Amino acid sequence: MSVREFAERGADLQLVGIQKRFPGFTAIEELDLTIPAGSFFALLGPSGCGKTTTLRLVAGLEEPTRGRILIGGTDVTDTKSHERPVNTVFQSYALFPHMTVIENVAFGLKRRRIGDALGKAHEALRLVELDHLAQRRPQQLSGGQQQRVALARAIVNRPALLLLDEPLGALDLKLRRQMQLELKTIQEEVGLTFLHVTHDQEEAMTMADTVAVMNKGAIEQMGAPAELYELPRTVFVANFLGQSNLFTGEVVDTTSTALTVDAGGTRIVVPTARAQRHRGTVAVGVRPEKVTLHTHEPAGSADRNVVGPGRVLDVSFSGVSTQYLVDLGALGTVLVFAQNVGFGPVAALGSEVWVSWEIMHGFGLDDVPGEAGRFPADDSTTSIAAQRRDSLVSELEEG
Amino acid sequence: MAFAAFATAEAQAEAPKRRSRIALFLLLPGILYLILFFLTPLISLLLTSLQAPAEFGDIGVYDYAFNWQNYVDVVQQYLPHIARSFGYALAATVFALLFSYPLAYFIGVKARRWPLLQSLMLVLVIAPFFISFLLRTLAWKQLLSDESFIITSLKALSLMAPDAHFTGTPFAVIFGLTYNFIPFMTLPLYTTLERLDTRYLEAGSDLYAGPFAVFRKITIPLSMPGIVAGTLLTFIPAAGDYVNASRDFLGGPDTQMMGNVIEANFLVLLNYPAAAALSIILMAAILVLVGIYVKRSGTEDLL
Repeated sequence: MSVREFAERGADLQLVGIQKRFPGFTAIEELDLTIPAGSFFALLGPSGCGKTTTLRLVAGLEEPTRGRILIGGTDVTDTKSHERPVNTVFQSYALFPHMTVIENVAFGLKRRRIGDALGKAHEALRLVELDHLAQRRPQQLSGGQQQRVALARAIVNRPALLLLDEPLGALDLKLRRQMQLELKTIQEEVGLTFLHVTHDQEEAMTMADTVAVMNKGAIEQMGAPAELYELPRTVFVANFLGQSNLFTGEVVDTTSTALTVDAGGTRIVVPTARAQRHRGTVAVGVRPEKVTLHTHEPAGSADRNVVGPGRVLDVSFSGVSTQYLVDLGALGTVLVFAQNVGFGPVAALGSEVWVSWEIMHGFGLDDVPGEAGRFPADDSTTSIAAQRRDSLVSELEEG
Repeated sequence: MAFAAFATAEAQAEAPKRRSRIALFLLLPGILYLILFFLTPLISLLLTSLQAPAEFGDIGVYDYAFNWQNYVDVVQQYLPHIARSFGYALAATVFALLFSYPLAYFIGVKARRWPLLQSLMLVLVIAPFFISFLLRTLAWKQLLSDESFIITSLKALSLMAPDAHFTGTPFAVIFGLTYNFIPFMTLPLYTTLERLDTRYLEAGSDLYAGPFAVFRKITIPLSMPGIVAGTLLTFIPAAGDYVNASRDFLGGPDTQMMGNVIEANFLVLLNYPAAAALSIILMAAILVLVGIYVKRSGTEDLL
């Protein structure tokens, strides 16, 4: 694919067996990923999980230690970044300070010697509603405007693949929402392939049609946002994407439809189809908003898990909902989100409550919280030091 | 002018009266210094340049007058020297820039990952300052003299004619000027390149600019403040230099620059008005050239 012409449409991106080592640490262990043309794909993960490195590999700003990168079926692994049909909206925007807005937007077109660069640049600026500021310098614009210029500068080139590196990070909430919608609209209008890197789960879920959750240089789970949220496969995904109540216990009974787990003496049932592991020690969970709070012991029901009694440890009112933290003794604590359909909290601090949820809302995970090691159980100084070092390394990598 | 650009762009909010009086008080030493050591000699120089020879005096005795003919005389007499001064200074500036830019780029951008190497190289750039400028130039005279190893080797290899000299030629003077002013070029270039945000270079590469286009369209414009500062710091003193071109150092009879002529008029010929007139011309010419240069390079807002 020549960079001298516009991409007709978005292209597939394939990463095959990618590994990236930096002196001293490995950013990406082993990554295989296929992003179909025309999709809005989000790589979601905490800082230091390797997502920015992945993006830089695709852009050609880093070279993989191992593996191949294919764009639209063409191997671009050994192609320099200026020869790839890819454009990036950088986290820092990286607008050239010595050029006006219009010069910034026309830069890529002029380098490719595409006719009527200025006309096309004005058109792109009109798309982001900034054409009236074309003669300004980037530093005279607000953060949101700079972000839109950066977007215009990338999409004006009609790349087969558009990379977005936490593009909304610097914006305030209202502007974020506005830009999220704008990005989505642009993506649908021009039909490009978008690869969006972010640590903001809400941003990823509202914008992308496929989300891949990345952790420690590998993809933990990939799928549509609703699918990831409703049926997380690992402890990391369950905790990183929203919040989860997790219980660990032994499987005591398995039928073709239901799996019963003995967690600290309480029996919890999850649908067999929604459990990843069917024997041994497993972690099962439920989302806090699926859990109902009862002030009196509810009547037992075949399709509900009922646990209690427990004590309300914390009540925090947040307007639209109230969040309760309930201590269930041996089972640990459970978080409950209750919509405020009535007035005020339902249960007072310290009162005795029961919780219940529909069995079909539960899920069984592939690993248990201890294994995931998100919070190491031993808080010895060496492990704290090791953690501190890891976070510093990941910060360096992000920078 | 370039220097006005150092003032902050935003209009200062009106400060209370009392504070502005303190500011004025703090400025006083500086103002006094400028009056005493810049304005007074300048006026004295201007007056000297217009003096006429005393009617019944010895050589070197002059009366105050308004003898503007001095300027016409020196321009007529020393036009080749004036042209040579600016020509040599320009050549030295260009060579120093060509030498310093890659050096400063390496220290400021490529060596960022190794701070120790960065400091070491900076020390090496500054190291020549530890030895007197005159001694270093004299050393070069020795190194490049007809009997020196370098020149005899070049002659043995037939790379130089057997009867050719290096010292005393314009090349030697330009070489000396370039050598002596390289640190003044390298340091300002280093300070701008050290702050160069390489993310702009990545963005350029992402936007289809090859390495050469990135350098021409992004690196050079962003390092323009350093280029302007470095070339000014090299060109201005080089144009007025009288050491390198002197017969006692790297120059010869045919390489005399304005500085040498001014020196000769002051110290040998005792023609003070001619020396003063030449000084004023040199200063005015530099001011005009620098003014045009800064305006043309369009870096007023970048400085």
